[in-house]
Amino acid sequence: MKLQDLRTPISVGLAIVLLVLPLVCNAYWLDVCVSIGLYALLALSLNVILGQAGIFHMGHAAFFAVGAYTTAVLNTLYHWPVLWTMPLAGVAAALFAMAVARPIIHLRGDYLLIVTIGIVEIVRIALLNDVAGLTGGSNGIFGIARPTLFGFRISKGVQFYYLVWCMVGVSLLLFRCLWQSRFGRALNYIKEDDIAAEGCGVNVTRYKLAAFVLGAFWAGMAGTVYAAKMTTIAPESFNFMESVIIFAVVILSGGSQLGVLISAFLFIGLPELLREFHDARMLIFGFAMMAMMVWRPQGLLPPLRRRYRVAENSSSQGVSPKDVWNDSAVSE
Amino acid sequence: MTLLCLNDVSKIFGGLIAINDLSFNVEEGSIVGLIGPNGAGKTTVFNCITGNYTPETGSIFFDSKPIAGLPPHRIVELGIARTFQTIRLFGRLPVLENVLAGRHCRMKAGILSCMLHTAPQRREEREAVARCMEELRFVGLADNYSEPAGGLSYGNQRLLEIARALASDPRLIILDEPAGGMNDQETAALVDTIRHIRNRGITVLLIEHDMRLVMKICEKLIVLEHGAMIAQGKPEDVRRNPDVIEAYLGADDAQW
Repeated sequence: MKLQDLRTPISVGLAIVLLVLPLVCNAYWLDVCVSIGLYALLALSLNVILGQAGIFHMGHAAFFAVGAYTTAVLNTLYHWPVLWTMPLAGVAAALFAMAVARPIIHLRGDYLLIVTIGIVEIVRIALLNDVAGLTGGSNGIFGIARPTLFGFRISKGVQFYYLVWCMVGVSLLLFRCLWQSRFGRALNYIKEDDIAAEGCGVNVTRYKLAAFVLGAFWAGMAGTVYAAKMTTIAPESFNFMESVIIFAVVILSGGSQLGVLISAFLFIGLPELLREFHDARMLIFGFAMMAMMVWRPQGLLPPLRRRYRVAENSSSQGVSPKDVWNDSAVSE
Repeated sequence: MTLLCLNDVSKIFGGLIAINDLSFNVEEGSIVGLIGPNGAGKTTVFNCITGNYTPETGSIFFDSKPIAGLPPHRIVELGIARTFQTIRLFGRLPVLENVLAGRHCRMKAGILSCMLHTAPQRREEREAVARCMEELRFVGLADNYSEPAGGLSYGNQRLLEIARALASDPRLIILDEPAGGMNDQETAALVDTIRHIRNRGITVLLIEHDMRLVMKICEKLIVLEHGAMIAQGKPEDVRRNPDVIEAYLGADDAQW
């Protein structure tokens, strides 16, 4: 039985487990699951850039940081309610992405990768140096308020759990629609062959930039949730290693959204499960990753093919409309 | 009416003059062939027209609008579609999605309507799929629409590139060695296909080494050698032109 054939049972099982998890697990594991949800959110947004468009971007933590700091500043200095800052955190990250990506978007593969690594470092060091006297240097910003939703104050772990995973659910739906559209196809054409894509009439620069801006917008919103959850943020939470983990989650996933979720669980959950091995745990984790890349170099779950309804009535066979793909129900 | 007009176009790579002050016109509704020995600069001319290269001097007009230096996707939007000499399909994507790539520039759905699958977005998508299936029927690949493009035979891949170009509603289609890698039977079918394209009102400009094909379908030939035009006119006149005979047979002369 191939992993691809198990998509539907895996998705259904995962959804049920996620719904009932807060009933059975303790505060510690709930916290781990909130963290997994945040990484899933970040990885889903990076998947648009890296998985769909094939742009090697290893600086996603920078956009995450811009979002988190936007929320922190607006909340602590100007007393905006936390959730109200979410769209603005997204917009700030998106604008930042547009400004830094525009001059480098034409770079290819490994060159772009190096520049994006530079972006994370620039952001981290800028935050450390207390940009405009707003970011609080190495201490960061503390005292961020808890979010309220329709007068309901979100402060407990379980409430954050549902907030984060609801956002993951909505993102899954929206990104799936995006994938099954002109926009998603354009990103795939660019990934396959950008010169051919441009030659067919796809505005390659514009779509690459759009992928960046959209991914950054989502990372910025994830930053709001992170700031609200932690109530304290500091530059060291947005270092290069965070970028690498988000990047690795997407690479391991194979590019499908279900793959991203499973991969986020493995990446964040596994090191926690291995805690009893103390010092050896990162070693075991490293070996598991290596085995994975040997066993499945294409990643856990590559995306399915898109489905199209094609009317064949005008062809000689005169068959009624049928599905293009014989794959099992699309769960991704 | 003149659809495409090149005026003193030159393209220089380092010290090499790939095209030297080239001027020619393509009339609307005609089938024009661009021929010449290997290395004469034929594909470079195509790349200048389609925006892959920016010529150093001269100007290119399409439907009286200057297009030299525009990015390729803009030129496709204006109505010039192309195929590539070395096939450039999206090999891992299905045949239908390859044709949809050509349709992309005629679709309008923005990022938000794509995320929300709004009613206009869905209608546009349905229409695009139907239109692309028509193009696949036109080149005879409708039954293969769900296969990965990379799995098609060489000849069928060339036809798929033509379908992809046609899906963008071009007024001028530029074919770079469409018969390359085709057997005699496929080439004969290609001749019909090219005639049908013209009958749809689309002007055809092609590079081809298969002289039988060129002589059979082209109404006008332009002969290049070392980046400059040495002859142009009707195929039967060009064939008798002494300069052309020398350009093509010159190598043999050198052996004597």
